[in-house]
Amino acid sequence: MVNLGFSIGDLYFKNPVLTASGTFGNGSEYDDFFDVSRLGGIVLKGTTLEPREGNHYPRMAETPSGMLNSVGLQNKGIDYFEKTIYQHILKYDTNAIVNINGSTIEDYIALAERINKLEKIHAIELNISCPNVKMGGMAFGTNLSSAREVTREVRSVYSKKLIVKLSPNVTNIVDFARVIEEEGADSVSLINTLLGMAVDVVNMEPSLSTITGGLSGPAVKPVALRMVWQVANAVKIPVIGIGGISSASDALEFLLAGASAIQVGTASFIDPQASVKVLEGIESYLLKKGFSDIKEIVGYINRTH
Amino acid sequence: MKSYITAIFAINALVMAKRIEDLKVIENKRLNNDFFILELLGNTKIPDFKPGQFAQVRVDDSAGTFLRRPISIHDVDYENNTFKLLIQIAGKGTKTLSKLVTGDILNLVYPLGNSFSLPGEKEKVLLAGGGCGIAPLLFLAKYLKSHGNTPDILLGFRNKERIIEFEEYIKTGSVFVTTEDGSMGEKGYLTSHSILSSQKYNRIYCCGPESMMKSISKYCQSRNILCEVSLENLMACGIGACLCCVVDTVKGNLCTCIDGPVFNINDLKW
Repeated sequence: MVNLGFSIGDLYFKNPVLTASGTFGNGSEYDDFFDVSRLGGIVLKGTTLEPREGNHYPRMAETPSGMLNSVGLQNKGIDYFEKTIYQHILKYDTNAIVNINGSTIEDYIALAERINKLEKIHAIELNISCPNVKMGGMAFGTNLSSAREVTREVRSVYSKKLIVKLSPNVTNIVDFARVIEEEGADSVSLINTLLGMAVDVVNMEPSLSTITGGLSGPAVKPVALRMVWQVANAVKIPVIGIGGISSASDALEFLLAGASAIQVGTASFIDPQASVKVLEGIESYLLKKGFSDIKEIVGYINRTH
Repeated sequence: MKSYITAIFAINALVMAKRIEDLKVIENKRLNNDFFILELLGNTKIPDFKPGQFAQVRVDDSAGTFLRRPISIHDVDYENNTFKLLIQIAGKGTKTLSKLVTGDILNLVYPLGNSFSLPGEKEKVLLAGGGCGIAPLLFLAKYLKSHGNTPDILLGFRNKERIIEFEEYIKTGSVFVTTEDGSMGEKGYLTSHSILSSQKYNRIYCCGPESMMKSISKYCQSRNILCEVSLENLMACGIGACLCCVVDTVKGNLCTCIDGPVFNINDLKW
């Protein structure tokens, strides 16, 4: 038997495989393909106070080993979340984390207060890194004092586990990780998508209605891995690695570089079972290598090199 | 309470489970320069497909064809446990698929999407399609016929050489053709065919280029004919998770993959 569990403070996760927000809907989209409760946790689609329609179509472009999206946080708002989505996720035997977004600090605070009252929600992922909204989102995550302020304000009203999701579209991501740690975040997740662009040469126009969008998929993995490694060596809170993870081998790279857990994102679009396959692969790797606890490999390369 | 629970189970039973499977290619039949048909063998019993549904087809692991390709179910043979995908070579992904040979394995996520609605037996129905848009109409025609309604079928092509699957459609109903150069059927676009002025249809189901679907919609709206169209928006996941394939409707942005691909034109903001 291998111990795959990890903890953020006193919140226990039975394994280190989570799903990335915006790639796993509300879980139910994947019910036909596997038992979602097998995962360590699910991070639900980005939620805002009011319903949002998102950006105009086209909002997706395929790129080499990846894709750009500019969905723009389409969601039905917190009222719908409480009434419908929350009721659905009660059936899962895993940690459910809500990814929260706002245009203003007041939005974030109001959302955090609402979600704090939901018993089955064990943590929030504070999204200060969405590149596809005009107001808020990445604006908070690319300015150190804004990142500090929003983390501090949300921390003051939210009593459960606070994970902050960082943007890679900054000069030094480590500065942001340090700031949110100082303000009391329990964990840091990275990276959100990289700001990118594509042009439709046949029709001579931008491929996305918003012109720019967020790049995800295997194309971003080396960048994500480098940033996770840097952050893991700079902060004490658990780091959750995200970015182009499609296989157990990809996930293990992040774990060996210092991530305590990982999120599978875009890979779920191509293989709806990707996350659970990553989980199975991590377990068999540990067995094969003779490890009995996943903690033995977290940050392994940082101890030996 | 008991009857309430039974009702819920009954509804769930109607919603077909989606699956991910490796399927064997039985035949890759080249129709012309642009079109081919892949016939696939189910490795378990194939699902009860609904007309209009599609599959998300994995191409390969190459960098240029990262996402799956959404392809309509063209024909289904329950007796032999096979079904067909009619595919147009439109880019790198479909080009790669066109090279598959008998015995190759293809990974599918399916069956996906909603379906065309079922008309009453006495309603007069027209299926209208052009280009790759004719793909879902064959299975739809067969499905309607097996449910007691034999539809008329109107197909539009550029010229005689580009007409595909004609002999298959002939088996399922009366087929009318337009070609842009008049080399077969009536000359002109599909929407100018005389059948549209000589016949009174209760319903028209349409799939093809957006300009064609829009003019068929206009025709139907002006005559108060029920009309459903099948959309081909760009898609990533195909299961309603990514929210990339949205279409602007009177109910807000809806996903083409789970709320569609079939939409009543009155719901679309065209």
